Amino acid sequence: MSALLVAKNVSKHFGGLKAVDSVDMTINEGDIFGIIGPNGAGKTTFFNICSGVYKPTHGEITFDGHELVGQKPEQIARLGMARTFQNIRLFKYMSVLENIFIGFQTKTKTGLTDAILHTATYKDDERLIREEGLKVLDSLGLLPFKDTKAGNLSYGMQRKVEIARALALGPKLLLLDEPAAGMNQQEKQELMRFVIDLNKKGYTIALIEHDMRFVMNSCNRILVLNFGQKICEGTPEEVREDKGVNEAYFGKGLLVGRKRATA
Amino acid sequence: MIKNLKAWFSGLPKAVRLLIIVLAAVLVLLVPRMFTSSYIMGIICRILLYTTLAGSLNVINGYTGQFSIGHAGFFAVGCYTTAILSSNYGWNFWLTLPLAGILTAIIGLLVALPTFRMTGIYLSIVTLGFSEIIRLIALNWTGLTGGPLGIKGIPAPQFLGMNIRRAGDYYYIFLLFAVLFLLITARVLKSRIGRAWMSIREDQQAAQSLGVELVKYKAMNFAYGAFWAGLAGAIYAPYINYVDSNTFTLDEGFNILSMAIIGGMGTLGGPVLGSFVVNILNELLRPVSAYRLVVYGLLIVVMMWIRPQGLIGASDSMLADDRTGVDLLERLGLKKRKTA
Repeated sequence: MSALLVAKNVSKHFGGLKAVDSVDMTINEGDIFGIIGPNGAGKTTFFNICSGVYKPTHGEITFDGHELVGQKPEQIARLGMARTFQNIRLFKYMSVLENIFIGFQTKTKTGLTDAILHTATYKDDERLIREEGLKVLDSLGLLPFKDTKAGNLSYGMQRKVEIARALALGPKLLLLDEPAAGMNQQEKQELMRFVIDLNKKGYTIALIEHDMRFVMNSCNRILVLNFGQKICEGTPEEVREDKGVNEAYFGKGLLVGRKRATA
Repeated sequence: MIKNLKAWFSGLPKAVRLLIIVLAAVLVLLVPRMFTSSYIMGIICRILLYTTLAGSLNVINGYTGQFSIGHAGFFAVGCYTTAILSSNYGWNFWLTLPLAGILTAIIGLLVALPTFRMTGIYLSIVTLGFSEIIRLIALNWTGLTGGPLGIKGIPAPQFLGMNIRRAGDYYYIFLLFAVLFLLITARVLKSRIGRAWMSIREDQQAAQSLGVELVKYKAMNFAYGAFWAGLAGAIYAPYINYVDSNTFTLDEGFNILSMAIIGGMGTLGGPVLGSFVVNILNELLRPVSAYRLVVYGLLIVVMMWIRPQGLIGASDSMLADDRTGVDLLERLGLKKRKTA
């Protein structure tokens, strides 16, 4: 198992605020890697650094042997990292299928002249995105909605479309930012099964999630952040036992209380 | 409405469809025979010219969501390129045509530079400034552009040994380029490039995360729009026979913009209809020319109010957004609003 994404000593400061402070992280190939932490812990900021939206104040990140710092989001996408967003960012006024088509941007190479003259490149590309796009939609059960405008779908469906769109890139690493937010228990269960299935198909996944049951039951490694700092990184069992994590979530507590808890 | 029309058309038998197309083509080609008045042909020529101009602006504003209002500047560059080369240096019109397009596209690229860092109203102001700069250069660089006197006597283009002079002849050139523009643009929009443009319009950050190269596609979009405006300008120069900087004021830019808005931004047919409506309206209002701009402004305000997506924009498009299903009577309070 080799390291896919390695972050070393990564910090992001917004003025005096250290949103992310000297965080190290290693995501191995084949992982379902969870990032957890209380609100404002810097999880999304950290994701945004990895995907190139923010430039870190210092530190370095390597992805599949490439240095990521200073690369634009579109270049990082080309290297094989796809992501979803905390607040869904679909192309709302385009159909579901068209949303997926844009996911194939990196795999196609139609230029202006190809498009105007309908060359072989254009025809191959259009055939590829249609066939593969329908396949992706089918795998998520979205086929009946292919011609619906993405903005008209229900919240849960929109989340799925966003994941489908990211999958169209054929990513080596898939970043999911709070994929289960706003879902009910049953939807969460479904999503979890789906994520695990994806992982079995060979996708490496990193996800931010607040739902502990979701994270503990799906991830094989977890990173815990609090106030921008890394508290712990390890397997779900290690994280559950970690004192720092418990303090971050539940506070230090009174001595009496703690005794009673352990009793 | 457009969709129904399309469905109806594709439902017809093939022979009937072919017949309709041939008939329409013959009818369109015979237009100069039907209207011998040079006044009417002039209006038709303007409609076709502005179809290309408003259409190319629409590629920038409607499909990539960059709100440019400096299209008169691109129009001017194309126009002056042909005027200068053909009347001062004796170039053949058909040679100046591609050159005007390419030169304008390059200038479009330069204007696109700030768009990588700016969006919305700030970008609009940059394009506005650009348009004024072009006009002022044209006004003051007397050696090249004739300054306030302009360039007179731009030679007529030749076609198969004939001089193209009358509006009825120019009709075919304007028509050719309007049709070319629509056909080529339809293809571009229905490809990877068009989809990348639209993805930038809808959500820049999401587009980037999927590997859409923002800088490349925005630049390409501006260059593409500018190219066609340049071509339109190049044809306009010999048609009008005389070019001066007064043609390319900000009013002209807004004129082009209003056609795109009234017709419907983000639709291919919108600017065609917009060009038709605005040009016809221009002529109808000629007797009260002092109030023409008032009517005009009012029209845009009302359009924005009741039909922001334009005359043929879809009611579920981005521009219409939450105004779907609201009709004029409801807006005016003459009909009870449907409760959802």
